[in-house]
Amino acid sequence: MPKLIIGVLAVLLLAIVSLFIGVSDVTPMSLFSSSPEDRPMQVLLISRIPRTLALILSGSALAVAGLLMQMLARNRFVEPGTAGTVESAIFGILLITILWPASPLLAKMLAATVTALLGTALFMQILRRIPLRSTLMVPLVGIMLGGVIASVTDFFAYRLDLLQTLGTWQLGDFSAVLRGRYELLWIGALLVGIAWYAADRFTVAGLGQDFTTNLGLNYRRVLTLGLSIVAMVTATVVVSVGTIPFLGLIVPNLVAMAVGDNARRAIPWIVLLGAGFVLICDIIGRVIRFPYEIPIGTVFGVIGSALFLYLLLRRRPADA
Amino acid sequence: MPERSTSPSLSPRQLLIILAALAAVSITAFMVIGAKGSWGFVLPFRGTKVWGIAMVGGAIATATVLFQTITANRILTPAIMGYDALFRLVRTVQIFFLGGLSYATLNAQLQFAFETVLMVGLSTLLFRWLFNRAARDLYLLVLVGIVFGVLFRSLAGLMQRLINPNDYAVLQDVMFAGFNTIDKSLLMVSTLAILGSGVWVWRLLPALDVLNLGRDNAINLGVAYRSVVSQVLIIIAILVSVSTALVGPVTFFGLLVSNLAYMLIRSHKHALILPAAVLLAIIALIGGQVILERVFGFDSALAIIIEFVGGVVFIAMLLKGNRK
Repeated sequence: MPKLIIGVLAVLLLAIVSLFIGVSDVTPMSLFSSSPEDRPMQVLLISRIPRTLALILSGSALAVAGLLMQMLARNRFVEPGTAGTVESAIFGILLITILWPASPLLAKMLAATVTALLGTALFMQILRRIPLRSTLMVPLVGIMLGGVIASVTDFFAYRLDLLQTLGTWQLGDFSAVLRGRYELLWIGALLVGIAWYAADRFTVAGLGQDFTTNLGLNYRRVLTLGLSIVAMVTATVVVSVGTIPFLGLIVPNLVAMAVGDNARRAIPWIVLLGAGFVLICDIIGRVIRFPYEIPIGTVFGVIGSALFLYLLLRRRPADA
Repeated sequence: MPERSTSPSLSPRQLLIILAALAAVSITAFMVIGAKGSWGFVLPFRGTKVWGIAMVGGAIATATVLFQTITANRILTPAIMGYDALFRLVRTVQIFFLGGLSYATLNAQLQFAFETVLMVGLSTLLFRWLFNRAARDLYLLVLVGIVFGVLFRSLAGLMQRLINPNDYAVLQDVMFAGFNTIDKSLLMVSTLAILGSGVWVWRLLPALDVLNLGRDNAINLGVAYRSVVSQVLIIIAILVSVSTALVGPVTFFGLLVSNLAYMLIRSHKHALILPAAVLLAIIALIGGQVILERVFGFDSALAIIIEFVGGVVFIAMLLKGNRK
């Protein structure tokens, strides 16, 4: 527990740092020396606080979604980005953008949830045809499935001149987060709460259909609940800020290396590490080329794929 | 891609002749169909395009077949292992250190030569390192290759934004060609590089066939294994540099044509497989372009369709290979 408190403090510290980075002059000094109607306070309320909250919410939700996927697919290297979920969500957003151009964020999110769920279900179907011994084939097939779905999306986007619009969902970027444009992410927080509450069920479901049924749980129901949470979290994050590659893969794996596989114990750490990771990467992206910003999708693409490679090559040949 | 039925009675030679004829038909169709205005303009204009596309198709097909020979499987290709992304990274790094302005003023051929040399060194290093660590597990290799691709792309993206955050998109257009915007300044030097590589491959042909028997057998039969593999790696790096510089990355194209070539020819002789793969590449790219652009009116969606078909084939190959 005391370690967890240190973790919370570290994330809070990062959040405070994140609040005070930017071109506009917002410092504790300027906040106190000006009235609440003045610029510093307004920037803080409309831009900085929403952005920091969005970072924490999406980072932790994506990390927990990754953990859920890993338990349900019984594979360490699965996450929404390596299971076709993200690409399906983007396809859903594109569909609704074509059919209903002026749709509100909520409608986009719902459409993305539906397609993300369908895409993930397809992935799970393909998964059943892969024997258990080849752990690495699962993410491989998932990445390829994602590529296939993405090419369908690209095709429509290309025909309808929407490629540029597509880019905003494909690459994670928090620079456009303002008050009124991030609140959907709270749904993600709610879902993380549900996941924590039901953590033991997912742990059991991760042990297989027969085992789960044996213990008196409805396997299909647990699976559906888990996949729905994953699809919804992915949809909210993609709609609000775009994609952050491999976050859901790296965080649960790093946490499992430190505190083990018990979901109920791991989830608080995963929430903290996910939030902290995203905060750090966003801060890097904001200071490395100040006053310009580099999208977090790019920064995390470098750090995330390097860590993924480490996780892949760290394993001894014996357990390959 | 044009459909074609073949009865097993056709010999590889006959098949090659049919493929050559189809390639010639595709090229003619591409040059002639829908041409309006003076031939004096149309023919050279489209000719350059055909020339570029054929070069790229040949380069990708050859590089893929060679790569599959030295790695002894039909799933790995240079593009899947992140070679294309590596080349783009090399180019970005070069611009990063030279600065965008001087890049524009430097001699294009000279830069390209420099990039290719760098690419040969880096890709050989990467290959050796990877295959020393993970050679036994094919899936690990592919996955690592894909993730390396993501890493290279992200690094390139990061550096491009560091170079000029305002004109990031513009810069990307200037730096990288696409299927429809073939970089013509490099066409001559690319052609030379590809023809040179072709001669080199020709001289290696007997050794390549022996490599198919596996490393140990090849050594036993007197092939200088390390030397041949090193030479092949250099050729692949050159071919990938050329094709990526001309039209940019196409992940699954090589996979499709090489496997199609093996399916049609049913032989392991490189002297038959390589020309078949090259011809298939030309038919697919140019014939596909004709069908899409002129018949269906789908402008330049060819690369996207290749990615779609290639992805499906790749998944099928993974699942099938696993069931054995």
